[in-house]
Amino acid sequence: MSISLFYFIAFLSIFFSLLVIFAKNPVHSILYLIITFFTFTMQYILLNAQFLAIVNFIVYMGAILVLFLFVLMLLNLNKESEPLKSNLLKTIGVIAGMCLLVTLIGSTKSLQLSNPIVLQAQNLGLVKNLGKVLFSEFLLPFEISSILLLSAMVGAVLLAKREPKDAS
Amino acid sequence: MELAFIIEKFVLITVIFALSLVVAMYSTLAERKIAAFLQDRVGPNRAGPGGLFQPLADGAKMFFKEEIIPEQASKFLFVAGPSLAILTACIGSAVIPWGEAVVIAGRMIDLQVTDINVGILYIFGVVSLGVYGVMIGGWASNNKFSLMGAIRAASQNISYEIPMGLSIIALLLLTNTLSLKEITAQQHGWHWNVLYQPLGFLVFLVCSFAETNRTPFDLPECETELVGGYHTEYSSMKLGFYLFAEYINMFISSAVMATLYFGGYNYPGMDWVNSLLGPLWGPLVGMMVLLLKIFVFIFFFMWVRWTVPRFRYDQLMNLGWKVLIPLAIANIVITGIWITVVDKL
Repeated sequence: MSISLFYFIAFLSIFFSLLVIFAKNPVHSILYLIITFFTFTMQYILLNAQFLAIVNFIVYMGAILVLFLFVLMLLNLNKESEPLKSNLLKTIGVIAGMCLLVTLIGSTKSLQLSNPIVLQAQNLGLVKNLGKVLFSEFLLPFEISSILLLSAMVGAVLLAKREPKDAS
Repeated sequence: MELAFIIEKFVLITVIFALSLVVAMYSTLAERKIAAFLQDRVGPNRAGPGGLFQPLADGAKMFFKEEIIPEQASKFLFVAGPSLAILTACIGSAVIPWGEAVVIAGRMIDLQVTDINVGILYIFGVVSLGVYGVMIGGWASNNKFSLMGAIRAASQNISYEIPMGLSIIALLLLTNTLSLKEITAQQHGWHWNVLYQPLGFLVFLVCSFAETNRTPFDLPECETELVGGYHTEYSSMKLGFYLFAEYINMFISSAVMATLYFGGYNYPGMDWVNSLLGPLWGPLVGMMVLLLKIFVFIFFFMWVRWTVPRFRYDQLMNLGWKVLIPLAIANIVITGIWITVVDKL
């Protein structure tokens, strides 16, 4: 039951992420990306990682992709404003894509299958256990990553701030 | 899963769904009546006794109007917009505890659809998803006023989600749980969270006005600047869905505020009433109390709408980023210090 559900949702994720690439309209491709993230949320729920699922839901679907959609709606991209790509660029793109494909095939061939579906501890993903682990075992990485986020935020504000001479 | 469990949940979901629809329906009438009261008018009084059938008449009108989809609009998304708006409005009620467990025929029945242990975050997620209905509808209309409305909705929702989340964090420091059921149970009697978190409640209240797009923050549908905002191109029941979603959102956010800060189904002297009325009618009285609190909040929403003028866009952003976020962060710091001091004593 849960394995077939896993494969069904995994199929949906891949299907919608392909649609993200193949959609002609950028706004449509963002909407497909939203659905892709929603399938990730479903995978987390299957793993009983409720906190991760809901945070993925809030942060990615509720905030980041809203901003993506916001920017794309402002830009209003369409066929006429699309920059023309030269044949040289297209050829380079094809070659680079092929290289990536060869690498991916090579790495999947040497991949050893682990046992991904069996969950070691059922309650591992609940918010209580996650919090305990984060604030004891992984305290240092947790604090460092929060400082990293803070500095990124300060940097973004600094970049967006107008120069003093512009302001007048 | 046994059959009785499924039937029980099915009945509960149906009742809550019907309840939120009926409340939203009669909120439209209440809004017009309250507006009339505040402006010293009579309000709608032709359809039925005292205008009681006005919502039905309005609904019938909406259904029978011609449905127009603009020529250049993206058809699928144009229909998906209002559908998404009403869907996200309706699913928020799933984690709200409507009352203590009642005992019917020897069976304990929780008056809550599901008690997931990240209940608050679920509500928060649904709220943050609500903006997609407005954005998709506004963009798909292919109209510049709709697009402006959609963009305003997005930036407003993103901005006000931050102080809302921060005010919830201060509340969580006190309650130590994310489950709405436990948060409500902790506020037994008169131990309402608003007594311990007055500032947090104020921030949450202002943010919920912004998240439901109610005046004074209804910039997305600001009719003096944007014709009709994001629903300019909509007609018929699709317009009705947008308007209806706003009222359901108001109901749900009133319920959330009553649950988080005003004790939910708890009221002073509930133990005495429960022992008097027994395990079936006692919790139902609690549910009535919760509904009463919700109606008071809905009245407050409407009262503000007909009292305070609309904000300007820069005022809205200044209030969100320069007033509410620092206030919410200060609230977290004060709460943290308070908890540490109380622990030490």
